[in-house]
Amino acid sequence: MSLGTGLVGRTFPPTDPYLVSREKIAEFNLAIGAAPVGGGSTAPLTFPIVVAFPAMAALLADPDAGIELEHVLHRDQRFEQVRPVRAGDRLTATLTVDSVRSLAGVDLVSTRTEVDTTDGEHVVTAYATLVHRDGGP
Amino acid sequence: MTWQAGAELAELSFSVTRADLVRYAGAAGDFNPIHWSERVARSVGLPGVIAHGMYTMALAGRALTEWVRDPAAVVSFGTRFARPVEVPDDDVGTTVRVGGRVLSVRDGLATLSLTVTSGDAKVLGATEAVVRC
Repeated sequence: MSLGTGLVGRTFPPTDPYLVSREKIAEFNLAIGAAPVGGGSTAPLTFPIVVAFPAMAALLADPDAGIELEHVLHRDQRFEQVRPVRAGDRLTATLTVDSVRSLAGVDLVSTRTEVDTTDGEHVVTAYATLVHRDGGP
Repeated sequence: MTWQAGAELAELSFSVTRADLVRYAGAAGDFNPIHWSERVARSVGLPGVIAHGMYTMALAGRALTEWVRDPAAVVSFGTRFARPVEVPDDDVGTTVRVGGRVLSVRDGLATLSLTVTSGDAKVLGATEAVVRC
């Protein structure tokens, strides 16, 4: 079953605020082998996925979306940043489904996740396309 | 940093082991078992445990950060997950190499193209960054 076009344009509620700590940045840097930047208070370029991932998980878990988790692949990812994430940022992620395109038995779900501080400062937009394979027989 | 169209950026090489994937799963909060369980990875038709696409992208981001020095100079950074990076269960793991080239410089912005490979395979496609210069 392909996904309905009812998903297009849908915006999910913002995720719970996430307080970025120096410790979390250090943990992420260690995991990717990166040297600390900005005295350890500047997050690496792909760090916003930590905040955006729960927004994507909410889309995948939504019963109305009709997405079956085991049939999902991450096709592409892009970050457009106003500035890097920094320790002390309190961030929420708000995901919108920009488009759903059907192509040879798969649906391409393009999402845009706005990452903002709880003070309303826009920090980064994370764009991701998920491939949803037909789960039917 | 001064950028010139056509300039090559110094290739960097990163080793990836199973332990790195476990550490990344925890740091990123992505516990999909295909990144740590051989059994689950094979059950969905993969040759074995594969790296998170976002882990490979993070390595490309490391290279980008080394080239630009200041991550605040990065305006955009994007990639397509072209092929999985299989990570064997040994102490050596596999190697991901990241090279780059300056495509164009215009209006204070440089567009960089990154080449991300593991073995003979191009594992990330269409990897581009726009940086202030």
